[in-house]
Amino acid sequence: MEKRVWFRAGVLPWLLLAPQLAVVAVFFLWPAGQALIQSLQQQDAFGTTVSWVGLDNFVMLWNEPTYLESFRTTLVFSLLVTSLGLGLGLLLAFFADRVTRGITFYRTLLLLPYAVAPVLSGVLWAFMFSSSIGVVAWGLRHIGLEWNHLLNASHAMALVVMAAVWKQISYNFLFFVAGLQAIPASLLEAAAIDGASPWRRFRTIQFPLLSPTTFFLFVINMVYAFFDTFAVIDATTQGGPGKATSTLVYQVYFDGFRGMDFGSSAAQSVILMAMVMVLTVIQFRFIEKKVQY
Amino acid sequence: MKKTLSSLVAAVALAGSSLSAQAQTEIQWWHSMDGALNEWVNDLATQFNASQSDYKVIPTYKGEYDQSMAAGIAAFRAGNAPDILQVFEVGTATMMYSKGAIKPVAEVMKEGGYKFDPKAYIPAVLAYYTAPNGQLLSFPFNSSTTVFYYNKDAFKAAGLDPSKAPATWPEVVNAAAKLKANGSSCPFTTSWMTWAQLESFSTWHNVSYASKNNGFGGLDARLEFNSSLHVRHFENLGNMAKQGLFVYKGRAGKAGTPFTTGECAMFVGSSGSYAGIKRDAKFEFGESTLPYYPDVAGAPQNTIVGGASLWVMAGKPASHYKGVAAFFNFLSNPEIQAASHQRTGYLPITTAAFQLTEKSGFYRKNPGTDVAVNQMVRKTTDKSRGVRLGNLPQIRAIVDEETEQIWTGKKTAREALDTAVKRGNELLARFQAANR
Repeated sequence: MEKRVWFRAGVLPWLLLAPQLAVVAVFFLWPAGQALIQSLQQQDAFGTTVSWVGLDNFVMLWNEPTYLESFRTTLVFSLLVTSLGLGLGLLLAFFADRVTRGITFYRTLLLLPYAVAPVLSGVLWAFMFSSSIGVVAWGLRHIGLEWNHLLNASHAMALVVMAAVWKQISYNFLFFVAGLQAIPASLLEAAAIDGASPWRRFRTIQFPLLSPTTFFLFVINMVYAFFDTFAVIDATTQGGPGKATSTLVYQVYFDGFRGMDFGSSAAQSVILMAMVMVLTVIQFRFIEKKVQY
Repeated sequence: MKKTLSSLVAAVALAGSSLSAQAQTEIQWWHSMDGALNEWVNDLATQFNASQSDYKVIPTYKGEYDQSMAAGIAAFRAGNAPDILQVFEVGTATMMYSKGAIKPVAEVMKEGGYKFDPKAYIPAVLAYYTAPNGQLLSFPFNSSTTVFYYNKDAFKAAGLDPSKAPATWPEVVNAAAKLKANGSSCPFTTSWMTWAQLESFSTWHNVSYASKNNGFGGLDARLEFNSSLHVRHFENLGNMAKQGLFVYKGRAGKAGTPFTTGECAMFVGSSGSYAGIKRDAKFEFGESTLPYYPDVAGAPQNTIVGGASLWVMAGKPASHYKGVAAFFNFLSNPEIQAASHQRTGYLPITTAAFQLTEKSGFYRKNPGTDVAVNQMVRKTTDKSRGVRLGNLPQIRAIVDEETEQIWTGKKTAREALDTAVKRGNELLARFQAANR
């Protein structure tokens, strides 16, 4: 006979879920709802005059060429941050996994950047690469590269990507190390006995078995690049030169918190939210199929 | 026993102190003064608190200008704004057009029973914070302006006269060429592109920056900084950049460091940078008036105010406003003004404070410190009174973005300024709609 435990549907499951639902409601649904409402309004900084403007805020954005340009910037930035962040995190984890001595030392060092606030990360990198006082810029000049992220758009993009990736590498590293350690040693040993080189073992055993971790990190890094990088950009390039490093989330931050234009800022965040939702759906529908759990 | 006794004494003392604190009205003051300036603000509050017993001013540092303004606005929206909020000059329009968020300083002073004589104040400073009907809206607290600095040692080395700063733009170009010939990698740079090279440039040449008297005449003002003179100036700067005579060192105040380290030989920056440069520069430097184009009629006029003013937030009990009035009256005192001016390098806001400082021999001992004041103590015109436009922080960012395209050679000066005006005007229309 089949044994099954049945709970009477009633108050209890909801009670048990309540704390989590409350967190979601307070920290996601409520602010997202507010953003939706504000995106249809125009108001002064103090909120003393508020008027409904329908879709005006969105129409204005649509008509602004610089805003459309920042979609492309965001895409380039996010792809670079995600791919570099994942690649370097995996590389470091792969080697850290093979280290036998002093592993805690390496791991601690690799985890440290995660403890640094994004703004500080930005300031540090901007300082090192500052064309007049930066150590790295000085070194680059000696090998014939005139570094100037104030006027060179590619330099500026490289700088914000480096700062953003450096900040996120620890996180990726941590998950990859955990993922690698979860792979049964017997599999690798068997392959080694069969004469598979470390690279081949990685390619045919470890990497496929890591795919759930990789997929998880891919989503997380994408979200990080889309949402959490405005502080890094603000501290390094402020979106310049021109609008070369002005990503969507930086615009949201700038218009909302510097410019006090809450209507436009809210409309932009709604667009951003929609974009990330679409991206996440795509990721789960098409990429997740290739993931082996 | 001994222990209980001492704790009893402590409790009584505590009760006593909280009692006396309750008798005093506390005035919350949010500001953005850090480092040495934070000490200055705290000293002012301590001095005022010691001078009377009815009110206690409590200064709190709330981050940089934009952060403290955002904090003040958020607090107002949540119903617990401070009594006094320090707001930088670009936030002026945002503050004054918000209905019911602020209480004009003139009103506060009148209700507090203090006489307020506008004639005692330096016109270019006061005008910036005065409503069209002549009512003073906020209290000018720390005002600076744009000035010209140059490295005297570098001038000497390049065969230039270190006692004479270039007074006009053609002279700046000549000096820059000589400095470059002598090996300077950065003959000239400027900080605050919009504030120094467009806003101050406009008032200095008495040309309009925006219509409606630069926005003083109403919300429907639109930008006009793409006139032929503006274009000519940015073409000039663009050419200098091409020849390596002008080197762009970044937005806001970033160009200050390369001047102080000696990398850049000439520099346009805030008069408020004087103390920092004097402390850190390992060379002789001079402070002088902004360069101008000598063929422009009416130039030089006066430069424009930067820095911040103190706003009184609305919706507070009358007792608080009395305290604020007393505090502002204390700050207007010529001795306090003069001491602050000499201590910080910010402008004195009253003519009396300027004269007092002059008499004390301060300017003779610190040559150049009077430049900023002299640029300001002039009768202002409709075009030089100041700039009062909404969304100014974004407009400044737009100018940064567009002019950067000139230095990289992607746009001509005309294209860049035209686009900046067009983009800025869209924001002005938005501000007008939001504050109708």
